[in-house]
This record gives sequence, structure tokens and C-alpha cells, in this order.
Amino acid sequence: MPRRSFSRITPPAMREWADFTFENGDKGATVVALTGPLRISTIGDLDRRLEALEDKVDRLDLSQATDIDTAGAWIAWRFSRDWQAELTGASDKAQRLIAAVSQARGDDEAEAEHEGPLVITSGWLGKNILGAWHGAYKIIGFLGEVMIALGSLLVHPGRFRAKAMVHQMELVGVNSLGIIGLMSFLVGIVIAQQGAVQLREFGAEMLTINLTGRISLRELGILMTAIMVAGRSGSAFAAQIGTMKLTEEIDAMRTIGVSPMEALVVPRVLAAMLMMPLLGFFASLCAIIGGAVISAFQIGIPFFIFLTRIQEVVPLHDFWVGIIKAPVFGLIIAVSGCYNGMQVKSNSEEVGLRTTMAVVAGIFMVIVLDAFFAVFFSEVGLG
Amino acid sequence: MSTDETGDYPIIIEGLCNGFGDQLIHENLSLKVRRGEILGVVGGSGTGKSVLMRSIIGLQQPRGGSIKVFGNEVADGIDAQESKDIRPRWGVLFQGGALFSTLTVEENIEVPLRQFYPEISDNLRGEIARFKVKISGLPEDAAFKYPNELSGGMKKRAGLARALALDPELLFLDEPTAGLDPIGAATFDQLTSELQETLGLTVFLITHDLDTLYAICDRVAVLADKQVIAVGTIPELLALDHPWIQEYFNGPRGRAAQSSQDRGRKAKAQPDVAKALPDVAKALPGVAKAMDNSRESGA
Repeated sequence: MPRRSFSRITPPAMREWADFTFENGDKGATVVALTGPLRISTIGDLDRRLEALEDKVDRLDLSQATDIDTAGAWIAWRFSRDWQAELTGASDKAQRLIAAVSQARGDDEAEAEHEGPLVITSGWLGKNILGAWHGAYKIIGFLGEVMIALGSLLVHPGRFRAKAMVHQMELVGVNSLGIIGLMSFLVGIVIAQQGAVQLREFGAEMLTINLTGRISLRELGILMTAIMVAGRSGSAFAAQIGTMKLTEEIDAMRTIGVSPMEALVVPRVLAAMLMMPLLGFFASLCAIIGGAVISAFQIGIPFFIFLTRIQEVVPLHDFWVGIIKAPVFGLIIAVSGCYNGMQVKSNSEEVGLRTTMAVVAGIFMVIVLDAFFAVFFSEVGLG
Repeated sequence: MSTDETGDYPIIIEGLCNGFGDQLIHENLSLKVRRGEILGVVGGSGTGKSVLMRSIIGLQQPRGGSIKVFGNEVADGIDAQESKDIRPRWGVLFQGGALFSTLTVEENIEVPLRQFYPEISDNLRGEIARFKVKISGLPEDAAFKYPNELSGGMKKRAGLARALALDPELLFLDEPTAGLDPIGAATFDQLTSELQETLGLTVFLITHDLDTLYAICDRVAVLADKQVIAVGTIPELLALDHPWIQEYFNGPRGRAAQSSQDRGRKAKAQPDVAKALPDVAKALPGVAKAMDNSRESGA
């Protein structure tokens, strides 16, 4: 019987608590008598005190218990079992309840095996490394499945879900115009304003136009758009598909003979790939307009002069560098969202977890690839 | 209202009105649930059986009328004090079990214990959860499983175990046998009736299952025409000539359930006779043989 120290909880005044008396009966037998109502609402304190008893008890008397429920019956039965004490004075109800709870004799909880911290840490590390490896392997497999689905749609164009794709294009593209435009406009303001402050030191304030125009078109417009699309649409893909997995909608699709790859994943991937360049270009324009607005106020470059200068100082290949990256980023975000959605298996918590993973992995991969693109384009002479 | 009445009737509903938008679900509905009975609630789809239950347990605010649970008026919403008084005294089994999917069965059962009686030690809480698992007819190792690892029938039992966590006086069951195989449904019925007897529960049972009605319900309330059109034992209901009731109980499924119930009763009754008269049977082998014959022909 476990013994442990305890502090007695002061019971609220309203409740009548169960209690016990301890006495030495005739012939030296010790008797514990439970008193008061033995209900789940009243036994919390009694349980601790009974557990702390150290003397041997021969008999447990229930005749002074005014009421009993299964929790009370369990306490009484467990006590008499642990002490090999005889149960007496049980009412009909108490006997019935004790009979019911005594079927469940197992308080032998399956004890988890405890391992040392070294084993746990290295096990955790190994599991995560293997998990990352398998994850990478599986996501490439998933990308392959998407390609196969695209290929089979080329062969059977009748199965292509144009309507679903247009709907997704609206969700991914049209509905995010406002937020992406505003964000880029503000980013443009920040770049031009901060750039102007630094360039003024060299008397080269006019280079603010070069800075804003080139960085918007080449890098920031697309990158910020990708982050926003990952947050808005990548997460939505994961959550939608994950919930559909939970409610067995995806299984239902399969049994009907609809491929979830073709019906759900391909429209989303294509929508993201088509919308990303458009959104990215739109974002670049908004950033340039933002830069032009702040320049008009802060540096004194008139708005239209700023825009005219942009045409002169920004080479066309900056535009292409941005636009070529956009569909790739769209693909990464959509695949990351759909893949994580498809990985949901058991419960609603996993939907949340997978949604987070979709966004984090999507943004991370976008930034990694962006670094590769930057090096690549300057190496091939599009610097 | 006298206190005696609230003592005898844990649930008293008077003049209840419920609706969504323009659609009226209940109009002037009245019903009393007696202490210690299993009340079956039947009605066609869309007659508002679940809405009625949700109104009683405070998940749906009615448009009008009075619902008294243990003498507390709940139709005007359940305030904090009432919630503390009433909620531990009832348990609810939702249709799909409604187990918390991120918790094991044991942790699911511990949720109400933690909520209402935080003074109970972790040890005892775990023990209570595990004997509830056992009482609900689940194997003991089910306590450590997650809901998605359980079959439909086991989920219902786990949901029942959670509903019984606080030893409630009042148990709400929303279609407990829906989606179970006939054997599973029959054992669930038996379990409900055993628990009702052992724990002295009052059970409010929504069902479509005619077998359940015949097997365990003390009384049946029939919902139709936005009201409870009749409450009574099945023979009492059969005596009424409301078309829906007649069709319900005398339709092909109703008859099948009734006859299977009669068969079950006969099969149970005959061995008792044989047991009661062992001497006679021994003394008169012919009678015993005749009894056996009659049993065969009876079945």
C-alpha cells in the first residue's frame, strides 16, 4: 500500500465531507468505520487520509455511511482489499455497488519503462533525424505523384477539374489581392525611405529609385507574396484536406473511383502556380508605387519622374528573374500544404499540427530556394 | 410547484417552444420524466428529439416554456451556480460518443472528475476512471487507447463511461444503439438496464431502435406534430389509434421487434419452470419430455 505525505485540503464550508473513525474493538481488533455520505463529491479528502493510515485494520464498518455511490464503493472495497479487512454493515445499495466495482480489480496500471536521460535524448534525436529523412523522401514521392496525376490528366483531359481550379484561383489569387497589395505598398515605403536615408550620406538619393525598383521586381515582391500565400493558402490547403481525411471524405472519393490527387491536389497546385507570378508582379508594382509615394514626400522626387526613371534604371531581366521564380514557389507552397493535409490520420489536433508544418516548411523551402536562385542568376550573368 | 413533485420527476417540461428561423420544432410541448425510469423518446426524423435533449441539457436556448431539472429552471439559460449544482448530477452520451480525440479513454473519463472534484488525488482519479471503463463493459486495456483506436461500439461504451464518471442521477443517451451490430446493440441495452438498476439512474433515451424500446424502456414518449403526443408503456400506446403510433409499432419492423421480444421472453421463462420443478420433472419423466417437446415447438 502506497504511503505518502499529504496536506489536508480544507473543505469548503458548504459540503458535508465523508469521514472515518478509528477504534479498537473487542478482542483487540481494529475497526475503521466510514461515516457521512460516501459520494464522489465528498471522498476526496477521505481517500488521502485512509491512504495514510499505517496500522493494521481488521474490519471496515459501513453502517454509519449515510449515502454511497460507485466512487464511495470503490474506496471501501479497495480499502478492505488492501488491508484484508472484513467489510461489515454494508446496506443493500452498498453491496450492489461494491459488487459492480469489484469486477474492475486492476489498479495495476501498465507502468511505462523509465529510461535514462541519455537514452531518451539520443532516441529523440535519432527519431527526429530519421523522421526528417523519411519526410523528405515522402514529400519527393508526393511530388512525383502530383506529376503522374498531371501526366494522366494530359492523356485524359476530360477528367481535369477546371471548375475546381478556377475556384482555387479565386481563393488563392483574387481574394488575396487586397492584403498583398497593402503589404507590398508598405514594404515599398520602408525600402525607399530607409534607402534614401543611407544614400543621402553619399549624395546619391536618386539611386533610391534603382534600389526600390530592382529589389521589388527581383526579390521582395515575389518573396513577400510567397510568404503571404503560404500563410493564407498553404495553411488552408492543409486544413481542408486534413479535415477531409478525418471525415473519411478522401476514402469515400477513392472508393467512388475519384482520385484525390486529380480532384483535390492538382487544382490547388495549378492554381497556386498560375496565381503566384501574377500576384508577385502585382506586389512588385505596389511596392514601386509605395516607394514613389514616399519619395515624393521625403526626397522630393516627383511621383511620375520616379516611375519614368524606373523604366530607365531597371533592366528587363530583373522582371524575368522574379517571374521565373514565382511558379516554383507556388508549387512548393501548394505541395507542402496538400502533402501535410494528406498526412493527417487520427485526430483534430493533428490537423492543427500539420497546418503549422505546411506553412513553416513551405516558407522555409521558399527562402532556401530563393538563395539558390540568387546565386544562380548572378552566376549566369543576370546580376 | 410542490417539492414532492420535483423529487418524483427530475425533469419537468411545460409549454416548451423551440424553432430555427421560421421553422417551429416544438410548440407547447410538455413532458415529465419519472425518477428511476428508463424513458424512451421516439419520433420520426426531424421531430426534434435531439433538439429536446439539447434544450434540457442547456445546449439550445428554447424560445419559450419551462424546463425544470431537479427543480432548477434551465430554459432561461444555466448560470454559473446552477451549472455547478446540476451538471455533476447528469451525464450525457452523444450520438458519436463525442470523445475528446486527443485524450485516451481514461483521460476522457477524468475530465469531468477534474472539472468538478479537483480535490480527488491523481491516484484515485485514475482508479475511478478504470473501474468506470470496466463497468461500461470495455476491456481494461481500452483505458489507455485513443478514441481513433476504438471500434464504433467501443467508442459508445467509452462515451458512456465518461457520462457515468460523476455517478449522475440522470443519464441522457442519444441513439446509443445506432450503428451497432444487433449483438452489440443487445448487450448495450442490457448494460443500460443493468446500470440503471445498480446505480438507480433515471435514463432519458432517444432511440430509433424498436428492440431497445421493447427490451428496456419502462415508458415511451412519442414526439409528433411538434408535441409529445403520448407517453406510456408500449401496450398503452398500442391502445391509442394515432396513425403514426400504429404505423410505428405495427409496421413490419415493429412487429419483428415485438415477436423477437416475445420469443426471448419465452426462452427465458421455460428453463425457470423446469428449474422450479426439478422434483416433479424427476418423478414424472413423461412430463419432462413433454415440456421439452413443448419448448421445441414453442421455439
